[in-house]
Amino acid sequence: MAKYLLIETRDPFEASDVGFCHDLARRLAAEGNQVILYLVQNGVLLARPGARAPALAELVQAGVEVLADDFSLRERGISAGRLQAGIKSSPLDVVIDEMAEGCKVIWH
Amino acid sequence: MAEKKTLTFALMDPPYESARTTTALRLIDIAVRRGYAVNVFAYEGAVLLPFARQQPHPNAVHGRNVEEEHHLLTKDVVAALAAEATQNGGKLDWVNCGLCVDERGAGEAIEGVRRGSPADLWKMAETSDATLVIGTR
Amino acid sequence: MKALNIIESAYRGTIEEQDDTIVWLTHAMKGAGADLAVLLRGNAVNYAALGQDAAGLAFGGWRQTQPPRLADDITALVAKGVAVYVLSEDLAERGLGPGDILNGVERVGRDSLPQLLAGYDQVWHW
Repeated sequence: MAKYLLIETRDPFEASDVGFCHDLARRLAAEGNQVILYLVQNGVLLARPGARAPALAELVQAGVEVLADDFSLRERGISAGRLQAGIKSSPLDVVIDEMAEGCKVIWH
Repeated sequence: MAEKKTLTFALMDPPYESARTTTALRLIDIAVRRGYAVNVFAYEGAVLLPFARQQPHPNAVHGRNVEEEHHLLTKDVVAALAAEATQNGGKLDWVNCGLCVDERGAGEAIEGVRRGSPADLWKMAETSDATLVIGTR
Repeated sequence: MKALNIIESAYRGTIEEQDDTIVWLTHAMKGAGADLAVLLRGNAVNYAALGQDAAGLAFGGWRQTQPPRLADDITALVAKGVAVYVLSEDLAERGLGPGDILNGVERVGRDSLPQLLAGYDQVWHW
């Protein structure tokens, strides 16, 4: 099985296609792959407590690691210490870490 | 020192139009600080990122003159990333897609940027530990 | 190295460029010896639609003589040995049935995406 890093830059309030990325993450995890969903740019808008994000909760339940770029969070006034359950703040370095390990990285 | 890796990025966005550019430059910054070998294939509007004729301007809305505004110019960022790469024992190989340069009149790029073609993207990817494509919308 | 080009963005600048720039890039890399395949998804599934015609635009006295011919370009990729997959759910959502699309493109469902992606060293989403 492989490791995938899906970088989600978009949010469902503006772009309905975010559903593709969430669905892909779920399917890859269901096949036994290790999956990280990294939220960046407006993708972090889903991380704010109270935001409508049922899909993210399902992904966390499905074993997908959901991370949010710390700069994007701060840029949007979202406290890194107070995110939707199961989502962790992370520096962007994790993308380079995973690329350096040869992980398949897909930008959405 | 961390093991030296080679990473490739394919970019498409022109400057000043998308948050994708900022994230891309942040990623390249992280990689060059680690002394990695970094390849950039700039496609379409991204060939304007190292355009040598960018100029700073004042900001009357905020009452700042040119010096005070200190406007971010992406050509300066690309130059700084290249310098950072060299300083850390790595490299930044920036290739502008030639036909994209031609149709945009973006032939004057900063020193160190070279003209290339899609074959370069493939060659870069083949010799990299990973390649990240950042498409445009 | 094998790479899968996932094309989602559709009709973006295609008139000015006279091509879809990612379909074009795929052709160019294939010509340089790349081992590539294409997955059309989202609105880009419409690139497999029959009957596309972008000809006839004029701007003042300037007339476009080489409009994009995206369906032809997809067919040409297939002819070159580039596998072109198209996401069947996205076709259905857009009202495109089996009789509405080009020959030679292979319909795949979302449930087969993990297996499809596993077959490539690189997955590039444009």
